[in-house]
Amino acid sequence: MTVFLVIIILALLAVTGWQMSKIFDLSRGPGADSSPIANDKDNRQQAQITLAFMVFLYLGMAYSFWHWSKLYLPEAASEHGNEIDTLMFISIGIIMTVQVITQALLHWFVYKYQGRKGKKALFFADNDKLEFIWTIIPVITLAGLIIYGLFTWSDIMNISEEDDPIIIEVYAKQFSWEARYAGGDNTLGEANVRFIEGINTVGVNENDPYASDDKITSELHLPVGQKVLFKFRSQDVLHSAYFPHFRAQMNVVPGMVTQFAFTPDITTEEMRNSDYMVDKVSTINDIRKENSEALMAKGEAPLDSYEFDYFLLCNKICGEAHYNMQMKIVVETEEEYNAWLSEQETFAETMEK
Amino acid sequence: MSALATAAAQDHHEDHGHHHKQTFITKYIFSTDHKMISKQYLITGILMGIVGIMMSVLFRMQIAWPEESFAIFNLLLGDKWAPDGVMTPAMYLSLVTIHGTIMVFFVLTAGLSGTFSNLLIPLQIGARDMASGFMNMLSYWLFFISTIIMLSSLFIESGPANAGWTIYPPLSALPQAIGGSGMGMTLWLISMAIFIASQLLAGINYIVTVINLRTKGMSMMRLPLTVWALFVTAIVGLVSFPVLLSAALLLIMDRSFGTSFFLSDIYLQGEVLNHQGGSPVLFEHLFWFLGHPEVYIVILPAMGLVSEIMATNSRKPIFGYRAMVASLLAIAFLSTIVWGHHMFVSGMNPFLGSVFTFTTLLIAIPSAVKAFNWITTLWKGNLQMNPAMLFSIGFVSTFITGGLTGIILGDSTLDINVHDTYFVIAHFHLVMGISALYGAIAGVYHWFPKMFGRMMNKNMGYIHFWVTAVGAYGVFFPMHFVGLAGLPRRYYTNTAFPYFDDLADVNVIITVSAIITAAIQVVFLYNFFVSIFYGKKATQNPWKATTLEWTTPVAHIHGNWPGPVPVVYRWSYDYSKMNEKGTDYVVPGQDFVPQNVPLQEHEEELNH
Repeated sequence: MTVFLVIIILALLAVTGWQMSKIFDLSRGPGADSSPIANDKDNRQQAQITLAFMVFLYLGMAYSFWHWSKLYLPEAASEHGNEIDTLMFISIGIIMTVQVITQALLHWFVYKYQGRKGKKALFFADNDKLEFIWTIIPVITLAGLIIYGLFTWSDIMNISEEDDPIIIEVYAKQFSWEARYAGGDNTLGEANVRFIEGINTVGVNENDPYASDDKITSELHLPVGQKVLFKFRSQDVLHSAYFPHFRAQMNVVPGMVTQFAFTPDITTEEMRNSDYMVDKVSTINDIRKENSEALMAKGEAPLDSYEFDYFLLCNKICGEAHYNMQMKIVVETEEEYNAWLSEQETFAETMEK
Repeated sequence: MSALATAAAQDHHEDHGHHHKQTFITKYIFSTDHKMISKQYLITGILMGIVGIMMSVLFRMQIAWPEESFAIFNLLLGDKWAPDGVMTPAMYLSLVTIHGTIMVFFVLTAGLSGTFSNLLIPLQIGARDMASGFMNMLSYWLFFISTIIMLSSLFIESGPANAGWTIYPPLSALPQAIGGSGMGMTLWLISMAIFIASQLLAGINYIVTVINLRTKGMSMMRLPLTVWALFVTAIVGLVSFPVLLSAALLLIMDRSFGTSFFLSDIYLQGEVLNHQGGSPVLFEHLFWFLGHPEVYIVILPAMGLVSEIMATNSRKPIFGYRAMVASLLAIAFLSTIVWGHHMFVSGMNPFLGSVFTFTTLLIAIPSAVKAFNWITTLWKGNLQMNPAMLFSIGFVSTFITGGLTGIILGDSTLDINVHDTYFVIAHFHLVMGISALYGAIAGVYHWFPKMFGRMMNKNMGYIHFWVTAVGAYGVFFPMHFVGLAGLPRRYYTNTAFPYFDDLADVNVIITVSAIITAAIQVVFLYNFFVSIFYGKKATQNPWKATTLEWTTPVAHIHGNWPGPVPVVYRWSYDYSKMNEKGTDYVVPGQDFVPQNVPLQEHEEELNH
C-alpha cells in the first residue's frame, strides 16, 4: 500500500512539475499573453472548462447515487424508523432537485455569459418580484418539512407510560456496554457510581428491594413487536448509544439518566434472510476473503467470515478505544426472549456468590 | 475616469507631511499599520493552514489504510506516536482534534476575517487606519502567541489534546480518561483563552472603525458588501466568543481547582471522583452558543468577499443589495439562537429540540436568497474569468451542495440517525470548510495586488482552482454515502465492525482525493510566495473595480491616501450603468464608476 501511495504522490509531483514548466514556457514565449488579468481567450477557455466541470459534477452525482445508495442502511428494524426513512427520502428528493437546478443555472450562466471585449453587461440591480418568489418558495417548502419533522419528532420522543414498555438500562463505560433488565417488577433498582464495588460493576444499590430481580447482561436481547424504553447511564465520560439499524440514538451522560424508546419489528433472523442483507453479507465476505489472502501471504491469521448481527455502537468520542465499543443486539420472538432472559442470573444471585 | 479620482488626490501629496521614521521592527514586526497587520494575519493563517491540512492528510491515510505502516508517519510523528510507522489511536485522535481547532479558529477565523477585515475595512470605508492601531497590533500578537502555544502542545510528552475540537468534558477534563487531557488540554485551553482575547480586541476595533471612521458620503447603505459582512461578523464574534471563554474558564476550574461545573458521578480507574452535581450538557450549551455562531463567523466574511468579487468580475451590480444586507443580518441574528441543533440527542428536553429545529430551518431562507442572488448576479453579465472569480463561483457551488444537507441535519428527526456520522463531516466541510477556504483564496487572488503591489500568475491560479474543485468534491461528496451507511466519525479504524467492510473502497477514494487536493495547494503556495517578490507589477486598479481601496496608490503609504481621504458619492456597484439615454455608460467608454466620482449630469442615484 505504501508503494501505491508513493507512486501516486510521485505521479502527482511529476504532473505538477510538468504543468508548471509548461506555464512558464507559455508565459515566456514570444507573442504569448503574459497579462495576469483574464483576457477573452481565458474567458472562453475557463467558461468551457466550467461547462465540462458541470458535466463531471452531474456524472459524479449520478455515479454516487447509482453505486453507493445501496450503502444506505437496510430497511429500518423499528416501527418509528420507517417514518424517519420516509422523511429522509422526501428530504433527499427535495434537496437533490434544488441541487440539480441551481448547479445547472450557476454553471450554465458562467458558460453563457462569458466575457468578451466590448460586450455590455446588463445593469440589473434589483427586482422585488423575483426576490419575493425565491423567498416564498423556500418558506413554503421548509414549512412543510418542519411540520412533518416536528410531528415525527414528538411521536418518537414523547414516551407514554400507557404503552407499558419493557424497561432496560444501557450502561456505558470505557469501552464497553452492559444491559440491565428491570426484572419481574419492570422497575430498575436504584443505582449510582458510588455503589460500584467488586462484582457490583454497574453500581446497583443492594438495599433497594427493586434491585434484587434486576438482570445484568453483556448482550442486548429484545422481543420483537414490544416497545422498549432504554434508560442510559454512563460511569465515566460521554458516550452515545447509536443503534443505526433501529434509527435510534441518544447520548449517555455521566450524572444523569437519558432515555429513548422504540419498538423493534424485524428479528435478527428475518434481517439476515432479507435480500439486502444476504447481498451485503456476501459482498463483505468476498472482501474479507480477499483481505485474508493478503494477510495469510504475510503469515498472519485470516479474518473470520462475517454473519450479520444488530449492534449498538458508541458514537461520541470517549477515549482511545472509542472505535471499538460495541454490544451485540439480538431481536427475537417473545418465547426465545423469555427463554434467554430466564437463563440470566439476577442481581441478587450475583451478589450472593 | 478612474484617473480623475486620484488626480485630485495626488496634488496634495506634499501636504501629508508627517512621515514617521520606520525601523525594521516597527515596520514589519510590531507594526500598527492595518495593511501590514493584515499581511501578518494572512501569512500566519497560511502557515497554520499548511499544518492543519497536512494533519488531515495523515489521518485520512490512517482511515483508508488502517494500521498500515507508512514511513511518513514515523518521520513526522516519531517513534512514540507512530511506532514502526503505524499511527497510534491516541495520535489519530490528536490529529483530528488539532486539525479541527487549527482550521476553525486559526485559519478560518483569524486567517480569513483577520486578514480581510484589516485590509479592507479602512481601505473600503475611506479611513486612514483602524480606530486603534495599537489594539490592532495587540490583537495580532495575542493571536500569534496562541498559535505558538497550540503548536507547542504537539511536542509534549503526554501528547496534544485529543478529546475532539469540541472538547466535551468529562473526557477533556480527566487525564485519567485519555492522555491528551493532561498537559495537552491545559495548553489548548490557554491557547484558546488568549485567542479569544485577540478576537475580542480585533472585533471591537472593526466595529468601532466601521461605525465611526466612514468617509464623507459613505452611508451604511453605500458600504461594499465585504464591509457589511466583516462588520456583522465582528458583532457575532463579540456576542459569542465571551461565552466560550467562560466555558473554557469553568473547564479550567474543573480540571485544576476541583470544582464541579461539568462533572458528576464519575467512576474511573477504580475510584469514584469527588465531583458532584455538574452537567456535561451545560458545557455543550455554552460551547455551541459560540460554536454555532462560529461557523457563521467563518462563512460570512467569505460571503462578503465573494459578493464583491462576483460583481466586479461580472461587470454587473450585485443583485439585490438590500436583500443581501438583510439576509446577512438575518443569518447573523438566527445564528445565535440555533446552537441546540448540535444537541438534539444530547439528552436535553425533546421540546427544545423542536424549537431548535424550527429556528435552524429558518436559516435556510436567507441562505437561499443569497444563493439565488449570486446566481442572478451572473445572469447577463460580462464574466471576466480571473482566478478569484473562479473561486467565487466554486464557493457558490459548494455552499449550495453543503448547505442543502443542512436541511437534513437541522431536522431533529433525521438528525437522530446521522448525528456524528460522516454525513455531518461531509455537510460542514462543504458548507463552511471548503466554501470559506474558496472565499479566502478568492480574496487572496483578488486583493493580492493591493497587498503586495504585484500580481499572481493567473495560469497557475487556473490549475489550482480546477484540481481543487474536482478534488474537494471527490473528498466530500462520497462522504455523504458513508455517513448514511451509519459510519461514526472519529473512529481510528472501522475494522472492528466487519459490517462496515464494504465502505473501505469509498474511503480509499476519499483519501486519494484528499491527497491530490492537498498536493495541488503547493502550486498556490508557490504562486503566492514567488509573486510577492517576482510577480508582475500591479497597476492601480487591475480589476477595474469601483471601491475605494483601488483609489490608493500601489505603494503602501502610512494613512493610505497621499492627499485628503476621498469623498463618496454613490454605492459601490455602479458596473455597466448606462447614461440617461442608454447610449453609452455613465462615464463614456468605461463600464464602471468608482465610488468617489460625483453623480454625472442627469444621472440618477439608484434607490437601493
